[in-house]
Amino acid sequence: MEKKLYSINAIYHTPNDIIRAAKAVRDAGYTKFDVHTPYPVHGLDGAMGLKETKLGFVTLAAGILGAVGMISFASWVAVVDYPQVIGGKPYWSWPAFVPVTYEIAVLLAVLGTVGAMIAFFFKFPNTSHPLHDTPYMKKVSSDKFGVTIQAEDPQFDEKKVRDLLKTTGGEVEEVHYTEEFLTFKPNTFEPKFLLLLAGIALATSAGGYLYFNKVLYLPPFDWMVEQPRFDVQSTTDLFDDGLTMRLPVEGTIARGFMPYPYTLGAKADSVGKLLVNPVVKTAASLDLGKRKYLTYCSPCHGNFGSGDSRMNGQFPNPPTLHSDKVRTWPDGAIFHTITVGQNVMPGYQYQLSREERWAVVNYIRTLQRAYNAKESDLQ
Amino acid sequence: MSALDNVIIPKKELPANVVRLGWILTLAGLALAVLSYMTDANRAAFNNVIGFTFLASIAVGAVFFIALEYIAGAVWTTPFRRVLEFLGMLLIPTLLMAIPLFFKLHDVYHWTHADAVATDKILQAKAPYLNEMSFMTRFVIFMVLWLAFYFIFRQNSLKQDGNKDQKLTKKNIALAAAFIPVLAISISLFSIDWLMSLEPHWFSTMFGVYYFTGTILTALAVTTYFVVSLSQKGYFFKGINENHYYSFGALMFGLLSFWAYIAFSQFMLIWYANLPEENFWYIERWQHGWEYVSIAITLIHFWIPYFMLVSRPSKMNPANLKRMAALLVFAHFLDLYWLVMPTYNNAPVFGYHELAFPVLCIGLIIVFFALQAKRFNLVPVGDPKLQRGIDFHL
Repeated sequence: MEKKLYSINAIYHTPNDIIRAAKAVRDAGYTKFDVHTPYPVHGLDGAMGLKETKLGFVTLAAGILGAVGMISFASWVAVVDYPQVIGGKPYWSWPAFVPVTYEIAVLLAVLGTVGAMIAFFFKFPNTSHPLHDTPYMKKVSSDKFGVTIQAEDPQFDEKKVRDLLKTTGGEVEEVHYTEEFLTFKPNTFEPKFLLLLAGIALATSAGGYLYFNKVLYLPPFDWMVEQPRFDVQSTTDLFDDGLTMRLPVEGTIARGFMPYPYTLGAKADSVGKLLVNPVVKTAASLDLGKRKYLTYCSPCHGNFGSGDSRMNGQFPNPPTLHSDKVRTWPDGAIFHTITVGQNVMPGYQYQLSREERWAVVNYIRTLQRAYNAKESDLQ
Repeated sequence: MSALDNVIIPKKELPANVVRLGWILTLAGLALAVLSYMTDANRAAFNNVIGFTFLASIAVGAVFFIALEYIAGAVWTTPFRRVLEFLGMLLIPTLLMAIPLFFKLHDVYHWTHADAVATDKILQAKAPYLNEMSFMTRFVIFMVLWLAFYFIFRQNSLKQDGNKDQKLTKKNIALAAAFIPVLAISISLFSIDWLMSLEPHWFSTMFGVYYFTGTILTALAVTTYFVVSLSQKGYFFKGINENHYYSFGALMFGLLSFWAYIAFSQFMLIWYANLPEENFWYIERWQHGWEYVSIAITLIHFWIPYFMLVSRPSKMNPANLKRMAALLVFAHFLDLYWLVMPTYNNAPVFGYHELAFPVLCIGLIIVFFALQAKRFNLVPVGDPKLQRGIDFHL
């Protein structure tokens, strides 16, 4: 393959020399030249006469796209696609979107900048550059400073370039290249390389396996992973049946626990007749009922029991508690409904104690009376 | 040093009209302050808190930047360090401005009332920190520390003008290393004492950083304004260039972004948790007209200067830098107004009472700068880093 002249270079020893040389090359009118230094040299861009890069606009555009895109996406998710009440805040709670919007803006700005560099400046599909692997590049990436004037410069004339570089005090040299070198394709399927990849994969997975399954359970690292207790739904040899979860001893109940004899199948009004409200309506009890009502009942039934809560429309709407049916129900029927549930409403016997459920019943009665106040209530 | 002699302009008095303006503003501000104290002493005292913390911002921020230059080994600020050293002198009027407040503590700070504390469990718990005795002790300690550090920095720097002794720089570097942690603690407690305790029930762990950020941003903005306008009038040295301007612009840009980050974080954490013991502070600032002030602060403290300083050429444009510096100084004053005044009145108020202290502060800044520019070099001619600072390239 024929060797072509890529450029004529000059090597310098100090940053001041390189700035002077860059200025001289620019003043001589060359446009296709570049400077290489082992570290950033302040003022070099000015000496080379570089114009400000346009890459910043790509960064800005990508950043704005990221910000607008993310805030729109977050808004769409939170308002349209999957509306959820979080912390009692409106669906469109924009302050919560700010951190993620900021992060996506930065991420997209970075990716956009790198992408634009690859697309516009890296001269793909070339995989190499004539200066790669040259003695020149080795010098300028350790402790020397170099100028390179390319042969494709319109003013390029070997003798003139050499003279110019010599007058600036540099050691002049040439770089040649072949077309093959630029489009060099590395052999991806070389056996040695594949073997290396396989070795790395094996080593990392073996290391990961050992770490997560062995090292973590060794004494100094196990912290609270290994404990002298039996987990639920596991086996033990402590009991004959081998179960870790135990049933209460037959014929006993827990202290303070009152079993509830009726199930979901029982009709509310028939059960209601069998139960008597044991809780007296005191201010403290009504206050307890109000708090429990607002916590557990109001999300669906509304703050005042009309079934007009914010969840309206998300589920089958609960009927109002001020209907004649509920108002004429005995207390026990409401108690039964709270305890075992009805239709889509779940039972609340695990969230609310017996007293609390009766207190809620009393509070509902208070709400009903407030909605249908009689003349005599005003006196 | 003959190379330096060519570029440095020897000390030169500020233009007479600027000095005259400074004196007029100072006297006018003083007269207005006295008048407002006579007509509505409470309102004047709240405005006094704003003016006091505003001036403290500039003075302490300037000392911070002096220390930062030494400890970071920065060279580009060296030619302008005298401006910071002159601004640090504002610690003296800051101290004086606090004096009337000590007579009005009871009208401004709710926690100074013994009967209020007696019936208030929260204030009782805070009483070991928040009582008049320790409040004043802390104030004295902070002032003594700040003044001591400032005067040693300044003396060493001025001495260097004459004897060009490099050891003085080394001394200041050691001093700066001691000053940074002192400042970090003192400015946080200072802001808690004077600003956060206006609402003694409220607390925010970010408040100290919030005030600190505003402080250094304002000191930098005032410095930038002085540097740009003085060098436009031919002060400093020949060869001040876009690299110097760019550095001021970039640092302002960075700090205002940091301010926005802190301000938003403080808001978002309180907004998200929505706890009644914290959120009332923001609710107060989102009703009766305060919401417009809140929005205005986000605009002039962040959005406008952010987009006006985001591009590289805009940071190098002196006219733009001056405008943004002035805007940021105003933004900090408005920020303090927004921190302090909701305690005084549930709606924003504006009148000559509010005008007195900004006018006084601007007057004091000009007068104190001019008085010292008359006596001392505007450029630290003996500093070993000066030549590198003048030749500074990005």
